[in-house]
Amino acid sequence: MRFALIADEVRVPIDSDADIVSARQKGRELASHCGFPSTDLAVVATAISELARNIVRYAVHGKIILRVVDNHGKRGIEVVATDDGPGIPDVALAMQDGYSTSGSLGLGLPGTRRLMDEFEIKSDFGKGTTVTVRKWKR
Amino acid sequence: MQVPILKQGAYLIATVQSALTDEDLKQLRDALVGQVSKVRARGVIVDVTALDVIDSFATRTLRDVAHMIRLRGAETVIVGIQPEVAFSMVKLGLSLEGVATALDLEEGLAYLDRKTKGHNHEVRTHR
Repeated sequence: MRFALIADEVRVPIDSDADIVSARQKGRELASHCGFPSTDLAVVATAISELARNIVRYAVHGKIILRVVDNHGKRGIEVVATDDGPGIPDVALAMQDGYSTSGSLGLGLPGTRRLMDEFEIKSDFGKGTTVTVRKWKR
Repeated sequence: MQVPILKQGAYLIATVQSALTDEDLKQLRDALVGQVSKVRARGVIVDVTALDVIDSFATRTLRDVAHMIRLRGAETVIVGIQPEVAFSMVKLGLSLEGVATALDLEEGLAYLDRKTKGHNHEVRTHR
């Protein structure tokens, strides 16, 4: 890991749409505990909601891992959304606004990238997808 | 978590009380569209003050509600979107284009009164 981990990570299994709500509530709690301003709490919770929904919609099962991280004294929250689902055949395409294979608005991944400070995606076709995002405290 | 829908005069008011799952949102949509016809409502207010997240699915569902209700000949107004929720929605790339919004319940009622005024008057003259 590139950043020092502060405290224990929180793991939320994602298996149903009710888990989307609990994942974003846990993320919000952690960010609030971390001292993020209320605008950023909504931003982090919204990003988690989009990532968790992608798991339910495309992979069915997966998990969201929430961490408080430190980069030379700067605190941040890291969200890892990971699944063993079908993977994304064309990541570049999936990152385009309005592109969706499920009839959704197609804003989940590109929108999440806009919401957060850092965004990394790794997808192996047939093996699964892991999206890691971070928001740093200003 | 079911959303209570109250009838007030010619309007239906749905007040969201807590976080909604995708399933809850779909139920709310179906209940509102059904109720509008059943009680012959002229307007619908969806109060989302209690929502701390309005993500892409919630936005799409709220938009669907407004469009479906318009097809039934009634007006919808979404009230109480919190400032930080609005900020996140715009960053995510979401808009409620074509859907009326208002600051709060009071403003929402005023909007519906303006929008349905002619209609109510017309109904009265027929009696």
